[in-house]
Amino acid sequence: MSVPAGSDRAFFNQLKKYYRWYTLGFLLFVAMLWALEQMGLPKIWIGYTFMFATIGLYAGIGIMSRTADVAEYYVAGRRVPAFFNGMATAADWMSAATFIGMAGTLYLQGFDGLAYILGWTGGYCLVALLIAPYLRKFGQFTIPDFLGARYGGNVARGIGIMAAIICSFVYVVAQIYGVGLITTRFINVDFGYGVFLGLAGILGCSFLGGMRAVTWTQVAQCIILVIAYLIPVAWLGMKYADSPLPQFVYGQVMQRLALREQELMKDPKETEVRQIFGARAAAAKERIETLPKSYDNGLAAAKKKVRDLSAIQAPIPQIRAAERTLDWYPTSPEEARTTWLAEFSANAARAAPLMPHGEPFWSGNPDPVKAEQERSRKRVNFLALAFCLMMGTAALPHILMRYYTTPTVNQARQSVFWSLAFILLVYCSAPALAVLVKYDIYTMIVGKHFSELPGWISAWSHVDPSLLSVTDVNGDGIVQLSEIRLGPDIVVLAAPEIAGLPYVITGLVGAGGLAAALSTADGLLLTISNALSHDLYYKMIDHAASTQGRVRISKLLLLLVAVVAAYVTSLKPGDILQMVALAFSLAAAAFFPALVLGVFWKRANRQGAVAGMLAGFGACVYYIVTRFAFLQGLLGMNPADWPPWFGIAPISSAVFGVPVGLVVMAVVSLATAAPDGETVRLVDFVRYPNLAPSDPGDQTTSRHREAGSG
Amino acid sequence: MYWKRNCALTLALLLVWFGVTFGVIFFARELTFTVMGWPFSFYMAAQGCLVIYLLLTLVYATWLHRLDIEYGVAEVEDE
Repeated sequence: MSVPAGSDRAFFNQLKKYYRWYTLGFLLFVAMLWALEQMGLPKIWIGYTFMFATIGLYAGIGIMSRTADVAEYYVAGRRVPAFFNGMATAADWMSAATFIGMAGTLYLQGFDGLAYILGWTGGYCLVALLIAPYLRKFGQFTIPDFLGARYGGNVARGIGIMAAIICSFVYVVAQIYGVGLITTRFINVDFGYGVFLGLAGILGCSFLGGMRAVTWTQVAQCIILVIAYLIPVAWLGMKYADSPLPQFVYGQVMQRLALREQELMKDPKETEVRQIFGARAAAAKERIETLPKSYDNGLAAAKKKVRDLSAIQAPIPQIRAAERTLDWYPTSPEEARTTWLAEFSANAARAAPLMPHGEPFWSGNPDPVKAEQERSRKRVNFLALAFCLMMGTAALPHILMRYYTTPTVNQARQSVFWSLAFILLVYCSAPALAVLVKYDIYTMIVGKHFSELPGWISAWSHVDPSLLSVTDVNGDGIVQLSEIRLGPDIVVLAAPEIAGLPYVITGLVGAGGLAAALSTADGLLLTISNALSHDLYYKMIDHAASTQGRVRISKLLLLLVAVVAAYVTSLKPGDILQMVALAFSLAAAAFFPALVLGVFWKRANRQGAVAGMLAGFGACVYYIVTRFAFLQGLLGMNPADWPPWFGIAPISSAVFGVPVGLVVMAVVSLATAAPDGETVRLVDFVRYPNLAPSDPGDQTTSRHREAGSG
Repeated sequence: MYWKRNCALTLALLLVWFGVTFGVIFFARELTFTVMGWPFSFYMAAQGCLVIYLLLTLVYATWLHRLDIEYGVAEVEDE
């Protein structure tokens, strides 16, 4: 690596200068919008300005970083300093779900939701210790590249390509979905248009410049999303914890919250509302049990009501309401069963007693034996989920790929530290935000009269009732906690208004969510198109492809994959978040054993890797297909015949997949011939930072330089 | 020898990683004493473990860099 000392340092300083000005400029931009808001700029224009200004900015960076050079296109020329690669990885990592949904999940699940916090940060220990430095030393372009070189032949590479595409595609659909949701909420466009608007933003930056453009855009996006997340948290901190850094002191707020929870648990009005929901759930259950007779009775009753009301010439709104009930009545007893089951579980959930926020593995079951069983099942599932998410983190190709881009092995190691540091800025704030918002709702909303509710409640429940709805169930005119139903996303979306910040900060949060979704989508699309163009086309089909040809094919595929992903998203597939969590398990089972043993065990060979990857992936797929309620229904299986092993939910299937993969890989490797000398030399090359490559392949092209970027 | 010491360090840090995560979660219901307002297990799962993870990556990067130099296997660095 014949680079003059000091040139990387100069590049680093130059980048620091650029991004300092950029951050300052962005803050000025927000301040200017704030001034305009004070002068009466309508909210919708603030939304428009944020969306188009940030998308335009990302596209601008993309155009400035356009390239047709292979090393620049695939690995940003391998000269991204550790610090900036850390920022880019953090943006790559934090998705729309993290930014918008994480705090809300913690609000709703209390302690148990922390499995996501632990899982999505602890995984970086595995990345740092077992994978990142060795991948950097290996110094190629993709994850299937490593599998192909280490285990020889196209089979291992092929399985890698398949697994990388499956995991990344599911994930990218979820990101584009997030873009659609954000644009619909902030600038009121139709979901379908929102999706394609977001697509333009994604392609604007990744299409022309590949990894190089994506890297510098992700750094810019990281800055926006961290600022957007921390400002409302700081303001809420000032309000309730007397500190702009509530991350360090929200323990006191938790204590006050616990006292308030005690009060609410004893409140007879709360009990009254819960009993109403309990009665509704019981009624739905009875109707389900008496199907199909209850279906006919219900239909007859609904028809009769419309007739009766018309006969006595009741007020029009009453008749309309009765007609609507009839219109929405299930069309068949089968449909009635599904609808009423949903009705039953929704009401039963709201009839459950209040959950104390800080209590681990809480169970509301009044029977102490059953409660104990439920609590230990929750504990096992917490552990299983946390470890699956960790191993998934250490196996997701779009994250690992980023560690190819640092100049040296040592910088790759430091870069994991910086990645985690930037991720912690958001991940340490999310639990604090959940507690602060919960405290606000428990004290400022609950117990108030319906007429004195703050404006944000009606505003957001108007945007989407699934985000937030407050209804006077027992008709006493006072808000009870059990009368509030909220979706997880509202916690972050409404945080600025709860903190009393102007609308411009709500717009900023929207821009932050968009940055989170776009940055992750960029990384994922690049992973998919690289797997297809570099691994499948160049390495397996046309070895003689010219470098320009390879980049051209890659860009073409990127466009194709993006359009297919946007099309799939516009169909609004259900259960998308479930699918993303499943992608983690699948990635962990497919890649983790082969990547780790490939570095740490010289005896691992091709047969072992192929068998291990297939067995691990297969075990995961088998467990998901036979235990996932949605798929069980699709295949017409009776859930009672397929009890989960050790009570583990299918979302954590890698708990079985990874050990199966490891064992099969070890056994098959030992039963077949040891790998050849070439492979052993490759392992040594990967292990020792100073060793020169044994074959002068693509390595030499990797230090191509161009002046200025970002 | 370089590789052996690298593996030993990796293993030690992995044990800390596993021990902290597993220990805090498995015994979460017993670790309910309060630290600055937080129930201890809640604090660890929401923040404490995360900081430990961050330290682990820092310790690894620093020690391995030192090990690289000690055994003369460091790359030609630009710093």
